Amino acid sequence: MAAGVAAWLPFARAAAIGWMPVANCPMPLAPADKNKRQDELIVLNVSGRRFQTWRTTLERYPDTLLGSTEKEFFFNEDTKEYFFDRDPEVFRCVLNFYRTGKLHYPRYECISAYDDELAFYGILPEIIGDCCYEEYKDRKRENAERLMDDNDSENNQESMPSLSFRQTMWRAFENPHTSTLALVFYYVTGFFIAVSVITNVVETVPCGTAPGSKELPCGERYSVAFFCLDTACVMIFTVEYLLRLFAAPSRYRFIRSVMSIIDVVAIMPYYIGLVMTNNEDVSGAFVTLRVFRVFRIFKFSRHSQGLRILGYTLKSCASELGFLLFSLTMAIIIFATVMFYAEKGSSASKFTSIPASFWYTIVTMTTLGYGDMVPKTIAGKIFGSICSLSGVLVIALPVPVIVSNFSRIYHQNQRADKRRAQKKARLARIRVAKTGSSNAYLHSKRNGLLNEALELMGTPEEEHMGKTTSLIESQHHHLLHCLEKTTGLSYLVDDPLLSVRTSTIKNHEFIDEQMFEQNCMESSMQNYPSTRSPSLSSHPGLTTTCCSRRSKKTTHLPNSNLPATRLRSMQELSTIHIQGSEQPSLTTSRSSLNLKADDGLRPNCKTSQITTAIISIPTPPALTPEGESRPPPASPGPNTNIPSIASNVVKVSAL
Amino acid sequence: FFLDIAWWYYQYQRDKIEDELEMTMVCHRPEGLEQLEAQTNFTKRELQVLYRGFKNECPSGVVNEETFKQIYAQFFPHGDASMYAHYLFHAFDTTQTGSVKFEDFVTALSILLRGTVHEKLRWTFNLYDINKDGYINKEEMMDIVKAIYDMMGKYTYPVLKEDTPRQHVDIFFQKMDKNKDGIVTLDEFLESCQEDDNIMRSLQLFQNVM
Repeated sequence: MAAGVAAWLPFARAAAIGWMPVANCPMPLAPADKNKRQDELIVLNVSGRRFQTWRTTLERYPDTLLGSTEKEFFFNEDTKEYFFDRDPEVFRCVLNFYRTGKLHYPRYECISAYDDELAFYGILPEIIGDCCYEEYKDRKRENAERLMDDNDSENNQESMPSLSFRQTMWRAFENPHTSTLALVFYYVTGFFIAVSVITNVVETVPCGTAPGSKELPCGERYSVAFFCLDTACVMIFTVEYLLRLFAAPSRYRFIRSVMSIIDVVAIMPYYIGLVMTNNEDVSGAFVTLRVFRVFRIFKFSRHSQGLRILGYTLKSCASELGFLLFSLTMAIIIFATVMFYAEKGSSASKFTSIPASFWYTIVTMTTLGYGDMVPKTIAGKIFGSICSLSGVLVIALPVPVIVSNFSRIYHQNQRADKRRAQKKARLARIRVAKTGSSNAYLHSKRNGLLNEALELMGTPEEEHMGKTTSLIESQHHHLLHCLEKTTGLSYLVDDPLLSVRTSTIKNHEFIDEQMFEQNCMESSMQNYPSTRSPSLSSHPGLTTTCCSRRSKKTTHLPNSNLPATRLRSMQELSTIHIQGSEQPSLTTSRSSLNLKADDGLRPNCKTSQITTAIISIPTPPALTPEGESRPPPASPGPNTNIPSIASNVVKVSAL
Repeated sequence: FFLDIAWWYYQYQRDKIEDELEMTMVCHRPEGLEQLEAQTNFTKRELQVLYRGFKNECPSGVVNEETFKQIYAQFFPHGDASMYAHYLFHAFDTTQTGSVKFEDFVTALSILLRGTVHEKLRWTFNLYDINKDGYINKEEMMDIVKAIYDMMGKYTYPVLKEDTPRQHVDIFFQKMDKNKDGIVTLDEFLESCQEDDNIMRSLQLFQNVM
């Protein structure tokens, strides 16, 4: 029952009086009208714009937000209105839905914003009225395509480390812009295709000859040169085909694909020619085979997007093309028959048979008009003119469809390209913004740290470095700080001056990514040998970072309260090494930490099995977020190393 | 080329229809609220609610038979309410103009919901009397009963048999037709209904619908 006619229910029930005298049995009792509230106006305040409607209007759709008791959550006691902090423009459409029963989609609205609002109010988009449904679906489809594009390119970028050699080769073949080598290969094959096609063409051109002998085509005059060129090209093509065959993920599918067939057809004539040389019987067939060499030009379609689009268009317009062909055939047969019988009477007519008239009909319908066959009788001329007029019409009909299809696909491609180009700029902007905010945090930390350090150092005059951060920023920073505290890790400030000064306070600083990875890798590489002090002395900075990471875990609590001890602990840190636990404990530690195997880069960091009573390093499950977010590039190496090392360097700090 | 001709013809037809539509777009406004309140048994508030619903479905201010049927059909999705709606419409349309204005609508509703028993019965008699000649004969009653059964639809339990309406009409006539002359007059109808307790009770059923 539509919402609007709910108001007519009293009428329908009243009209039921007409059944009463006819009825033979007593009527059921009417449902008791529960305390009927007088219909009241309710005020909906959406971001300041007030909408008012009857309560019953909203209650027409009880399974939406506004129609159910869910809206009570938004009731503002002070102003006695329902306040929604949402877009008032879209709310207009939503409220109209309650009033009229039809949901409209305004064209100026962004599709994802609209979807979000509908989801908030609990309205299914499927009930959009017919008037706006098509537009909505179109926009939704475009949006989905855009998302898919984004996902695809993301996936492409992220899946790099896990590809085998074969897969990388295949990717290089398919997307030449992924690596320089692929690009080189792409251009080389393109060049050779061009060379091959040009030699095919030039072969047949008659070159000047010595006087006295017949003019020869270039191919026969310089046959050796051309043969060498042909051989070279075919070599390249064969190698390319074999490489593609090797790299293809599904060989069977690759063999069946169009491009591979073209490749095969392009190089076959050469091999067949090699096999059957100087055999007069088949040389005629062999000559025909050389025609297939022209298929090499289709290999260019890998290089040209426009060609591919054209091919795809033709494929997608197959039905229109079929219709064109069919109607043409019909017309040709009709007119050929007519012309034949019309010209039968005239003498020396060229229209010897109906198939012979086909040629005339085709030439006339496509408005070519060679003039090799012309009607001589009057009837023939009349029908001939009708034929040419209708030819124009029949051919003009499906062509716009094909053209529009081509245009649509071409624009789609252009849009995809534009999106990709814009994406780079967009990501760059986002990165700048992100680093900007992180820099702000670092800056504030720096200021904060400096303040603390200066407190330590006792230089009060530099204390007031100017805490210029806003409330929001300070809250955000506090949040990041809490995260640091929680994980027991910190980020490294990338500032030599500062690091010197705050080397003691490296505990809770944010490391920027590259330094972290670098440190980790180098430190893990260096700490494998049991000799610790050389590694220490040779790379103090690196080890201190690693140490600092570990020390964070231990000292993060005291850090906040006892700056003095921090200093001391850090100093001790650099000199203490304890032979760590052996393999089994390491593995158990790893399992207990629930870390992935590729965290082998940080064996030193996972020093959770120190049985010495000096320190209880809290197992860093907090390492996992960092561990997961930074897949170490050289994972296979350290992993294999770990089991072989009996001892593990464990750095601990004494408190 | 032929496509163009077809397109042009289609446009031409559409324009013709639009012209026709424009001519039938009549707007009607009801009399004042106070007047209606005086004429009917509804309060101002009730009239407001009624008018809002009315205007929502019929922005032009009048209901024609088509719209009337559509609205009524929405309440009976399983069956075919068009015939009964047809008779209803003609009962509402006292002046037989082919359109029901809000005043007619409200007047009829006032009788049905707030009227006296006498008024209700008289209205019902008017409904049954299809040709408005003052008498109900068997054919008219047959039509009405069939229309009522049509509203039930095909899928009923027990399944509707061919002669059930006829039997129903026979029972009705046995009850109502006092002098057995094959027609029921208003007085016979009134008398018979007032004798039947069931009918009296069911007439009071919709007292509080508003």
